Amino acid sequence: MKITVNIWRQKDADAKGSMVTYPLESVDEHMSFLEMLDVLNEKLTIDGEDPVAFDSDCREGICGTCGVVINGIPHGPEVTTTCQLHMRTFKDGDTIDIEPWRAGAFPVVKDLVVDRGSFDRIIQAGGYISAPTGAAVEANNIPVPKADADHAFEAATCIGCGACVAACPNGSAMLFTASKITHLGLLPQGQPERDSRVLGMVEQHDAEGFGGCTNIGECTAACPKGIPLDVISRLNRDLLGALSRQAVGS
Amino acid sequence: MTTTTPAPGEFHVVGDDIRDAAAPTGPIERRWDDRKFNAKLVNPANRRKIKVIVVGTGLAGASAAATLGEAGYQVVSFCYQDSPRRAHSIAAQGGINAAKNYRNDGDSIYRLFYDTVKGGDFRSRESNVYRLAQVSVNIIDQCVAQGVPFAREYGGLLDNRSFGGVQVSRTFYARGQTGQQLLIGAYQALERQIGAGTVEMNTRHEMLEVILVPDADGVERARGIVVRDMVTGEIETHTADAVVLATGGYGNVFFLSTNAMGSNTTATWRAHKKGAYFANPCYTQIHPTCIPVSGEYQSKLTLMSESLRNDGRIWVPKKEGDDRPASQIPEDERDYYLERIYPSFGNLVPRDIASRAAKYQCDDGKGVGPGGLGVYLDFADAIERLGRPAVEAKYGNLFDMYARITGEDPYSEPMRIYPAVHYVMGGLWVDYDLQTNITGLFCAGEANFSDHGANRLGASALMQGLADGYFVLPNTLADYLAASPFEKIADDHPRVVEARQEVEARITKLLEIDGTRTVDSIHKELGHIMWEYCGMERTAEGLTKAVGLIRELKNEFWTNVKVTGVNEELNQTLERAGRVADFLELGELMCIDALNRAESCGGHFRAESQTEDGEAMRHDDQFAYVSAWEYDTDGDGQTPILHKEPLEYEYVEMKARSYK
Ligand SMILES: Cc1cc2nc3c(=O)[nH]c(=O)nc-3n(C[C@H](O)[C@H](O)[C@H](O)COP(=O)(O)OP(=O)(O)OC[C@H]3O[C@@H](n4cnc5c(N)ncnc54)[C@H](O)[C@@H]3O)c2cc1C
Ligand code: SF4
Ligand code: FES
Repeated sequence: MKITVNIWRQKDADAKGSMVTYPLESVDEHMSFLEMLDVLNEKLTIDGEDPVAFDSDCREGICGTCGVVINGIPHGPEVTTTCQLHMRTFKDGDTIDIEPWRAGAFPVVKDLVVDRGSFDRIIQAGGYISAPTGAAVEANNIPVPKADADHAFEAATCIGCGACVAACPNGSAMLFTASKITHLGLLPQGQPERDSRVLGMVEQHDAEGFGGCTNIGECTAACPKGIPLDVISRLNRDLLGALSRQAVGS
Repeated sequence: MTTTTPAPGEFHVVGDDIRDAAAPTGPIERRWDDRKFNAKLVNPANRRKIKVIVVGTGLAGASAAATLGEAGYQVVSFCYQDSPRRAHSIAAQGGINAAKNYRNDGDSIYRLFYDTVKGGDFRSRESNVYRLAQVSVNIIDQCVAQGVPFAREYGGLLDNRSFGGVQVSRTFYARGQTGQQLLIGAYQALERQIGAGTVEMNTRHEMLEVILVPDADGVERARGIVVRDMVTGEIETHTADAVVLATGGYGNVFFLSTNAMGSNTTATWRAHKKGAYFANPCYTQIHPTCIPVSGEYQSKLTLMSESLRNDGRIWVPKKEGDDRPASQIPEDERDYYLERIYPSFGNLVPRDIASRAAKYQCDDGKGVGPGGLGVYLDFADAIERLGRPAVEAKYGNLFDMYARITGEDPYSEPMRIYPAVHYVMGGLWVDYDLQTNITGLFCAGEANFSDHGANRLGASALMQGLADGYFVLPNTLADYLAASPFEKIADDHPRVVEARQEVEARITKLLEIDGTRTVDSIHKELGHIMWEYCGMERTAEGLTKAVGLIRELKNEFWTNVKVTGVNEELNQTLERAGRVADFLELGELMCIDALNRAESCGGHFRAESQTEDGEAMRHDDQFAYVSAWEYDTDGDGQTPILHKEPLEYEYVEMKARSYK
């Protein structure tokens, strides 16, 4: 297939960026989207031009490293990660716009690469269960109803890619934050720190400059792991509870 | 004594034997307790003054850094990704073993130990493997306490499944995403320590050198590392009392593998060039169930979990060159070759055996799909027996992944699979304490060679990574650190300056070559050489040829590679160039190691050493040793020095593996 790509090029965090057009002559339908960019980069390198910088690592849809906005949609037209999107989704002659995640809390580092360090700082603020090595009890002493375990697992499949933020008109990271609140909050081990977790994480979320959630739902539509919107309701319930307990000083 | 000229037909010389001086003797069940009891302790008040560098945030590195941080040490952690949560451990699918015996099916620490020694084809150390089996039970407890959502039964207790190569159910799992869930658990523990200020995290930093400094007695100690900030290009030096490398495996030496794009050998290879022995580099695991290559542009290969072999049946057409679609090949014209050759284990034979069997079928012209490089993995029987919903519940995510990558529907036509490089058993030589032969340099996880011998059993790498990081290192490292804090090393110490300059000079050189070949094109060529001559089947002739080819390619690289851009920016071409430069040297050593080991064992199959019916044949009389390679600094690595660590088996009797 012949494909034309318009790619956001930006030399570094401070530079002004712009879209640059590159024609590609022979794109195979079985190529992954990132392999298409690899092929472009090989060509640019041979021509002595600076290849396009983009992030990827596992290329299996699990590490959350990759992610670009494709024709205006984070990770492109299918519900999957950028690395798992294949060129058979496109047609001969298509033009594809490729841009980085756009969000105040994800500054562009170069071209399609952004800084998502804010996600790690949200986790630092409470996204864990304090269980120092060596202190654990025998695993089967903590039975967990299968339904809760499965539900916790589903929330825990978030890969931290940031597509939810890129999709949200408010640039909110509530889906990401709430998936962790849900994962840990559904498990008996997660109960003792439930209040401090939600208070800490939400405070950090706001401090990082992520916007507020107004229940638009674009996040969940873009999420490659299908994290459902109801995790945010759970976060809101936990937050209200924690705030009221904090207010009465219990 | 070491001579300096290799024997005819060889590329190496033989040095003195080595021993693992750290392993206790006595009854095997007591060795780890004895080692812990005899290890020196570090006063909690002193720990704050002691600094430890941990490179890598996979299961091994994240668990070590978090645990050391909790203990009160100052930890400085590094990874090349933008977040520690993205280390390659995240991609592990199938599960993690532990000798819990929750199924009451006869499992025990001893059986896990036995299976692992046997599965490793008698090329691992009994003491290490026993310890691994012992701490396996603590790992599950630890992970559950952290909130890892393992699969559960309706009663709320943990579920288990069985995994290739063994006959008990001891594998704990979280759907097809066990590595992800375990890593997130370790990552969260790590982030908690970062928040608490005990761990300083440096993401997007690549380690490019170790810094050795002699102490007052002239002992060379690992005292720091040189890293490149991958965003600004700044070359930084970091010093500490000890250095831990947990930088993962080097399967990407083959270009195509199931490893992540950035997986590399740079950290371990740099340590090797500074004197650390590299053990058993040729032991590579080739996984039987991966999605076949689809074209020249292919950048990586995708694993389909081994658990698929529990219900899928592997077959090829009986007739050579049969290009009918699978559905039109009648039952009696299909060869379910694993079931035929290995009636007792059938489709569940260990990985090395399943991989080689697939290769032979394709060599005989019976392969299916593009280029004839594939065999069928068929679920038609399972769907008929269990119903589609049951198959979907068990394997749905894997089937979806297959459909997404290939554009084919595995519910209606069989999957096509082919072996791919997946894991390396080789790595830096370490003693029982996980210390390399360089004092103060420790190595954990896939980066070391320690526990799997010549072949790793499924679900055992996650176990080893977490054993090393949560339970082994925190004890053995304390023993080393009891004498610290060591004398402070200034930033302008000649050894620090020298290490930094070496790194800068190498980068400058890479950028100056300005040739015509891209880094990837050279990496792919190296991959082809390795796959052809140092892959599933190896011969003396092929390996000798490969050494020559790699040497030529290395020369081509250093005279004709093209690296665009400058150092002072995010420069992914420069990053890859540095990694490929190290892969070229490692690839050469792998071939030399494979050439020396004129026997077949585990993942290392020498065509010259097989039984009449084509099974691997070990030569215990000549090769029951670990090959620990010393870099030959004077000769620029041309003539590596082989040190042998003899292996002794007191508990498990050395036998030929049989899965028939
Ligand atoms: C697809 C796949 C599936 C698997 N499934 C299973 C399974 O089901 N069960 C099982 O037991 N095993 C499995 N394995 C094997 C297992 O996942 C790995 O062996 C194990 O996770 C390795 O962990 P690690 O901590 O040693 O290294 P990794 O997780 O690879 O981490 C390496 C770390 O080192 C860092 N690093 C590397 N080089 C540098 C450098 N130069 N400078 C700075 N940082 C650096 C990286 O950033 C990363 O943080 C699987 C492997 C693959 C590829
Ligand atoms: S919630 Fe979904 S979109 Fe957001 S970071 Fe997690 S996986 Fe990515
Ligand atoms: S590269 Fe890992 S999810 Fe895409």
